[in-house]
Amino acid sequence: MKDSPVVKWFASREGLYYLALALLLVVVLPVMLDAFRLNMVGKYLTYAFVAIGLVMCWGKAGILSLGQGVFFGLGGYCMAMYLKLEASTPEATAIQSTPGIPDFMDWNQITALPWFWEPFNSFAFTLIAVIGVPVLLALIIGVAMFTRRVGGVYFAIITQAIAAILTILIIGQQGYTGGINGITDLRTLMGWDIRTDEAKTALYFVTVALLFVCLFAARLIQKRKLGRILVAMNTQENRVRFSGYDVAAFKIFVFCLAAAFAGIGGALFTLSVGFMSPSFIGIVASIEMVIFCALGGRLSILGAVYGALLVNAAKSGFSESFPELWPFAMGALFIGVVLAFPNGLAGLYQTYVMPLEERLFRRKPKTDGSQKAKATAPAQTPGERGKEYDPLIDQYSPEKS
Amino acid sequence: MKAAKSKSKDFLLAVEGLTVSFDGFKAVDDLSFYLDPNEIRVIIGPNGAGKTTVLDLICGKTRATSGSIRFQGRELTKMKEHQIVHSGVGRKFQTPSVFEDLTVFENLEVSYPQGHSVMGALAFKRDLAVVEEIESVARTIFLEDMLEQPASLLSHGQKQWLEIGMLLIQKPKLIMLDEPVAGMSVVERKKTAELLKVITREHTVLVIEHDMQFVGDIADRVTVMHQGKVLSEGSIEHVKSDPKVIEVYLGH
Amino acid sequence: MFDGYTTSELMSIFAMQGFAGLSLFSVFVLMALGLAIIFGQMGVINMAHGEFMILGAYTTYLTSSAFQSYLPGLFGGYFFVAMLFAFLVCAALGAFVEWAMVRHLYRRPLDTLLATWGLSLILQQAYRTIFGAREVGVTLPDWMMGSIQVTDMVDLPINGLFVMIIALSIAIAVYFLMYRSGWGKKVRAVVQNRPMAEAVGINSAGVDRATFALGCGIAGIAGAAFTMIGSTGPSSGQAYIVDTFLVVVFGGAQSLIGTIVSAFGISQAQSTLEFFLSGSMAKVLTLLVVVGILMLRPEGLMALKIRR
Repeated sequence: MKDSPVVKWFASREGLYYLALALLLVVVLPVMLDAFRLNMVGKYLTYAFVAIGLVMCWGKAGILSLGQGVFFGLGGYCMAMYLKLEASTPEATAIQSTPGIPDFMDWNQITALPWFWEPFNSFAFTLIAVIGVPVLLALIIGVAMFTRRVGGVYFAIITQAIAAILTILIIGQQGYTGGINGITDLRTLMGWDIRTDEAKTALYFVTVALLFVCLFAARLIQKRKLGRILVAMNTQENRVRFSGYDVAAFKIFVFCLAAAFAGIGGALFTLSVGFMSPSFIGIVASIEMVIFCALGGRLSILGAVYGALLVNAAKSGFSESFPELWPFAMGALFIGVVLAFPNGLAGLYQTYVMPLEERLFRRKPKTDGSQKAKATAPAQTPGERGKEYDPLIDQYSPEKS
Repeated sequence: MKAAKSKSKDFLLAVEGLTVSFDGFKAVDDLSFYLDPNEIRVIIGPNGAGKTTVLDLICGKTRATSGSIRFQGRELTKMKEHQIVHSGVGRKFQTPSVFEDLTVFENLEVSYPQGHSVMGALAFKRDLAVVEEIESVARTIFLEDMLEQPASLLSHGQKQWLEIGMLLIQKPKLIMLDEPVAGMSVVERKKTAELLKVITREHTVLVIEHDMQFVGDIADRVTVMHQGKVLSEGSIEHVKSDPKVIEVYLGH
Repeated sequence: MFDGYTTSELMSIFAMQGFAGLSLFSVFVLMALGLAIIFGQMGVINMAHGEFMILGAYTTYLTSSAFQSYLPGLFGGYFFVAMLFAFLVCAALGAFVEWAMVRHLYRRPLDTLLATWGLSLILQQAYRTIFGAREVGVTLPDWMMGSIQVTDMVDLPINGLFVMIIALSIAIAVYFLMYRSGWGKKVRAVVQNRPMAEAVGINSAGVDRATFALGCGIAGIAGAAFTMIGSTGPSSGQAYIVDTFLVVVFGGAQSLIGTIVSAFGISQAQSTLEFFLSGSMAKVLTLLVVVGILMLRPEGLMALKIRR
């Protein structure tokens, strides 16, 4: 057991970082916080899914999407539609002129469930749609844009326009979408009341578990050749192309990946908050998601989690005590992160805390020693070499992009 | 022309009637030339003659307005860039374009002809065959001691070699080099000429170069381009004594 | 959707909506011109552009109040003074922003986008703190009130016409500045080949700053014009920002004519559709078509086919 690769990994430096995050989320916060606050943290964590996706898509591959709220929202709306249908039984809606359809439809003189709502009676379909719908849209956008070599600022602007379109559409089509109020008054998930403290706490742990699934998926990609191609594409797109790679396919993949993560996050958001509305998917919400990733460090998937937690906690803190100061703080954060520390918290950690760690762990041959061995002894087994490319946090160097 | 077309399958590369125009300006104008297997062909010509554009057209970076490029009997003009690479054409750019963040080893690994699809790149494992191949290429390009160095620490000349190495590992049949010795020291130039001689044992090479000394060292045949057309073609001596070439390029 | 309208009614509807579209067109052109100049020159999108416009609007509002209190006799002409002020205030802020922020980010256009977004948040909140969250409007001078009746059914408001004239004059001025003046030649030289432009003695940093300031100044004029046809609130600028980006991108970067043509097309489509569909669906449909076309033709309407 002791020599199994899993145990070894948890004893490595990178493993310890993951362990520390797990400890924080699974033990420390649940012990310290009451059910209400823990639910808030759970809500912040749903944004971390988006931020991890952005690390892969923007940080690694250099594709800045200002429309991640769209995918977050689609995932969230899919889940909300299912929950709303469950809450709209004929008995519960007996006072409506058409019982059995969501209340807002009845208010808008709609007398039958629209066709695109029908499949959301099925939980299995909903689970597929939570990931499938965002990925499908990302695929369409990706194929259209990346095969035509649209990137950079153009891509950012167009994704932002798509966020605007979806928001206007949802607000305008009140009868089908719940309009500006969104889909509210969600009660049960397969008969299980999601509004109780116990349910909220349970959902928190589900969120944490899924977050780690996404973290490990992202980490796997980052470690493999796939991850290296993504980074290489960012700086030397032509060289990658003329080394025989279909660059567009890689971009489409990573964009869809980010959409899938965002969709999962959105669905969990709906579950933990109990409603979904267009305000979470628009231009402003979407661009805020970028700052979660930027603050954490655009190249660090773990940083993204901390970034999402910190920005959202700060936002709640400010809105409770000084709501008028929050936009200033947020604006300063955008400017500061970009101008002063483009590698975010992860970069600061690497510059200031890691040297301290080095000193602390000097006795342990596993961490410090192996690094030296690498530099002096190039002759290694192929297996060992595979582990080499493994900076937990790549440095982002502004000059190159 | 018709006669040449029917014979084109004997050539490794047959470029016929190739034309590309940018807003009416014909950068390459009805260009035709043919490469035999294992030959070293050097393209020379004054600035703006369309030399780099020809390489761009062959590797798919620029799309031809008309004409055909047949490589081992397959038409390249309709293929996507990565498909052209897979069919056996490798291209080095004028300015060294290596992945600065990655080590020399990783640079070569990225170019290794395996795991080129998204899923393939996810599943790709570094096995013994890969490592041996990379080490062997690294010896060819004089970088065997620098495998673990990040590419950003290499000298200009070493980066050029690394990029050539990245082509070699793809095992292409045709290698295209755009000014491989530009900015190199005398020693590096000599080593590069040596390198090219090794390469041509197994590959056909198409080179753009200005340095006439270097051209004379390596070329089997020389094609002189001027204003998008072939001005002269033949051995280096033939070309050097062609009055048209002297007029527009070499000077009196 | 044309059912139930006679041909002459339809003609009038198109004429009226067409004119309403022209007001929107004027705002688009004024906003997009500034944005296009900056985008064309530096390849960066200024996300705070809408806030620069609103700064111009507030400047106009302050000027009009000042004229009302101190120079009531000259009130009829306050707008021209306000326009000048709006230009100067916005250009000055633009130059400062370029110096403090944008110039550090020239090689990182995506980061500029984020940083200028941060700036827009700060400016919006500053407006809210200073002017309050409520929208403010200016009093129009008498000569701008009323309308010209063209036919029984078609009325053209004078303020709308006036704004259109401003938009076209500015567009023409920009054209001459960029394509017919020595300064414009420098700007284009820097765009096309920065190292070479520097080598022949052009102060490229100075050109950058001036261009950014000019773009922001034009946004200020846009804001001044905007007060003539609508009221101003702290976040009014954001309402136009997506449309204006699309106008610029759709027109094809670095093409002034393209920008104007696309501003015309988008504003006309939107305003005509608005009559037949609900306002939100008209907007959705317009944006969808624009995004759809951009996906098929990413270089925009008027891009040159260049040798890359």
